[in-house]
Amino acid sequence: MGNLEKEPMFSAKNLNIFTAPLGKNNPITVQVLGICSALAVTVKLKPAIVMALSVMIVTAVSNAVIAAMRQYIPDRIRIIVQLVVIATMVILVDQFLKAYVFDVSKQLSVFVGLIITNCILMGRLEAFAMANKPWPSFIDGLGNGFGYGMILVIVSFLRELLGSGTVYGFPVMEKLGIYHTGYVNNGMIILPPMALILVGLIIWFQRSRDKSLIEK
Amino acid sequence: MENLLNIFVKSIFIDNMVFAFFLGMCSFLAVSKTVKTAIGLGIAVVFVLLITVPVNFLIEKYVLRKGAMIWLGEGFADVDLSFLTFMVFIAVIAAMTQLVEMVVEKFSPSLYNSLGIFLPLIAVNCAILGAALFMQQREYANVTEATVFGVGSGIGWMLAIVGIAAIREKMKYSNVPAPLKGLGITFILTGLMAIAFMGFMGIKL
Repeated sequence: MGNLEKEPMFSAKNLNIFTAPLGKNNPITVQVLGICSALAVTVKLKPAIVMALSVMIVTAVSNAVIAAMRQYIPDRIRIIVQLVVIATMVILVDQFLKAYVFDVSKQLSVFVGLIITNCILMGRLEAFAMANKPWPSFIDGLGNGFGYGMILVIVSFLRELLGSGTVYGFPVMEKLGIYHTGYVNNGMIILPPMALILVGLIIWFQRSRDKSLIEK
Repeated sequence: MENLLNIFVKSIFIDNMVFAFFLGMCSFLAVSKTVKTAIGLGIAVVFVLLITVPVNFLIEKYVLRKGAMIWLGEGFADVDLSFLTFMVFIAVIAAMTQLVEMVVEKFSPSLYNSLGIFLPLIAVNCAILGAALFMQQREYANVTEATVFGVGSGIGWMLAIVGIAAIREKMKYSNVPAPLKGLGITFILTGLMAIAFMGFMGIKL
């Protein structure tokens, strides 16, 4: 795609498009997009990683597709067109997960389907893909999916480690022999409310590091 | 009747859309700054759920499920359209929100003025699609149960957003650490409210 244009594929500008969503413009902690289907899958690391990858693929590809069609989409029906593109991608991802990682697909239950209404997708399509070429849009989608996945992985890592004493199914706490000292897993962390509180704490941490993000 | 009451209470308090499944969080965080707008959006969500859940239920039951189209004739007994679920549900939701918007505009301009801006937003509210997908997953027996579930989820969502809006209005007067202001404290507040809602867990009627 981008090869045909004058700009090199991995220019500094494109790199910036990719890295901005990881920190300063993170979809979850700064743009407040896509929290809907994010937090419920963060009890264990594995479903969180699968979910993050799915969102990354769907965002990147649908961004590129919409960017390629942007001049032909009538303005009035663009939401429906966007939804159809997203839904197609999500169906593909869902069928793929059902075929190859069925147990994770069962754990994710309705949340794969809910990627369709994930605000990151609509947000990025409206804000970026409708006004940019396919290749930068693809990178933007990839970056935003990655920024989203990063928060998911951090939250699920903490929740799995503190809540079940494992990391990606590996019993870390047991191997460390920490249970002999009287340590007990915190069952509270596995319950839904703690995901919200953890994200709140991550936001607090990020904003105290980067003062420019503080709201008035 | 008891069964319906059970579904109703369960969908409002125990399986609350916001606190147990984090659905509709985007609009939940964006539109909860004042109680008045929160009530407007809440009513709109209840309204749309009341219509989309039963419609999606009927489509699921008579068109999409494996063997669902048998009422068309014996030849359709093997047709399985379940892979189209997402596409059909989201299309129904988008079309229904548009329709609801038009109907409300025609028959009740005062309600339209108070809901107006929120109705189109609802098409991409995860709570609506979430309710449709949960309705499919939990396999409700008939359309009445599905409707009760839809309304219950809507009321639960409305309860949550009105509650958080009321707290956020009061938060203006408190001294929150600067980096935690706005989004951060709202997340933590939602978490605390969710802990309170967990007290309802295990209730059976």
